[in-house]
Amino acid sequence: MKNPAYIVGAFEHPTRKAEDKSTAQLHAEVAYGALQDAGLSASDIDGYFCAGDAPGMGGLSMADYMGLTNLRHYDTTESGGSSYVIHVGHAVEAIMHGKCNVALITLAGRPRAEGMQTGTAVRSFGSGVPDEPFELPYGRTIATMHAMVATRHMHEFGTTSEQLAWIKVAASTHAQYNPHAMLPKVVTVEDVVNSPMIADPLHRLDCCVISDGGGALIVAKPEIAKSLKRPLVGVKGWGEAYKHQSAGGIDLTYSAAVKSGAMAYDKAKVKPADIKYASIYDSFTISVLVQIEDLGFCEKGQGGKFVQDGGLISGVGKLPFNTDGGGLCNNHPSNRGGMTKVIEAVRQARGEAHPKVQVPNADLVLANGKGGNLGTRHGCGTVILERE
Amino acid sequence: MATMATDRLPVAPNEDPDNKVYFDGCRAGKLILGKCLDTGRLFHYPRHVSPFTLSNNVEFVEAKGTGEIYSWSVARGKAPFCVAYVKLDEGPIMLTNIIDCDLDALACGQKVKVKFKETDGGAPVPMFVPA
Repeated sequence: MKNPAYIVGAFEHPTRKAEDKSTAQLHAEVAYGALQDAGLSASDIDGYFCAGDAPGMGGLSMADYMGLTNLRHYDTTESGGSSYVIHVGHAVEAIMHGKCNVALITLAGRPRAEGMQTGTAVRSFGSGVPDEPFELPYGRTIATMHAMVATRHMHEFGTTSEQLAWIKVAASTHAQYNPHAMLPKVVTVEDVVNSPMIADPLHRLDCCVISDGGGALIVAKPEIAKSLKRPLVGVKGWGEAYKHQSAGGIDLTYSAAVKSGAMAYDKAKVKPADIKYASIYDSFTISVLVQIEDLGFCEKGQGGKFVQDGGLISGVGKLPFNTDGGGLCNNHPSNRGGMTKVIEAVRQARGEAHPKVQVPNADLVLANGKGGNLGTRHGCGTVILERE
Repeated sequence: MATMATDRLPVAPNEDPDNKVYFDGCRAGKLILGKCLDTGRLFHYPRHVSPFTLSNNVEFVEAKGTGEIYSWSVARGKAPFCVAYVKLDEGPIMLTNIIDCDLDALACGQKVKVKFKETDGGAPVPMFVPA
């Protein structure tokens, strides 16, 4: 056993529109799915991890609903869509320190059933948020703030809309093999750049889907992982980092993944070139481009050249990414894509991705989450997984 | 093809004891920056705490109200408008809107100047127009 903890269970809810289920139900269903996958039962769980999508105060209501009576550790770190990637690192550390043996991480939500305008509506976190009086009057949205990252990247590095479109092309090429994908149709660069403009320079097909559902992970200590029947997927490296507006010293060209990635590589003692497959948070095509550079898969500013001509397509390019179709084509449950990033990385490491997109001998994989807003405040979590 | 920016009525900013100095400045037609007296550095958004040292050794200074577009996007739809980050000549970059302009002729580096815009029942807020 080479690693401090192992992902022994992973489950992605098959629904993409949950009109007939509550958010609490979805959390419970993904937890049960991950336990079934691992071969464990609810009574084995002694650590629970969830974020802002879990109804109630922290994890109390959900732990009560699910009947998690043996908890002795819980963690409700909230960093938007990257929370669950960060939770994996926290779960490993909790296990290393003896705070728990079997950690459950859940995510679920139903923004689609609830008719939420996720990316194009002004969203507030309520009164008292110190930055909002300086932002809400300007009608900023998730889409326009990410779009400004793209505008600046194009200005500084000459990145083109066609290059960004290749990211969607790669995701859709993978999604065609996923029976649960919301957008399983393969698209072309022309399809993307000719789709309606949402927020210059991002088109509709530069944006991720809005979907219901969720996912869950079980992280366990080595002795327990060894006793189970699933392939051993160890957590070899992990890191988290946060980036803000720096009191007006704004630089939109990079994300917190610069730091979270470096921490994860350092812990795992591997280099970007060693990674066989990467799940990259894909709220928008530009999100992917920035993270690929920040994670060291290419130099800063060279992401456009890296992704064009199928650079991210499994079996074609240098870095197979998001082989489930990602948030761009498959699923972005509860507007939070970090969980599904880890789940597909686990599938790849186990050799259980769809045969058409499975990377041969994917024994070292990476998942990166970005949560919050790339253009204002966000947190990144990186994990590096190793199949033993 | 030109697309003129929509004349929209912004939501009012929530005022509190911390940001009142800024929005009182807006009412007087002044764009206020914070200044950390420990480091001499300017900052936006203004607050009574230095984001560089966490001390309350700060003061508030008036900016000239000129700068250039650092980045921008146009929210398309029925009423298109421009969200932008403007780099003030004093250094800090602030979120704003570019108004009274052709939304199809915006560029990073474009020179702009401040214009205060009424909000829906609150203090006016600084927006920018091409200089």
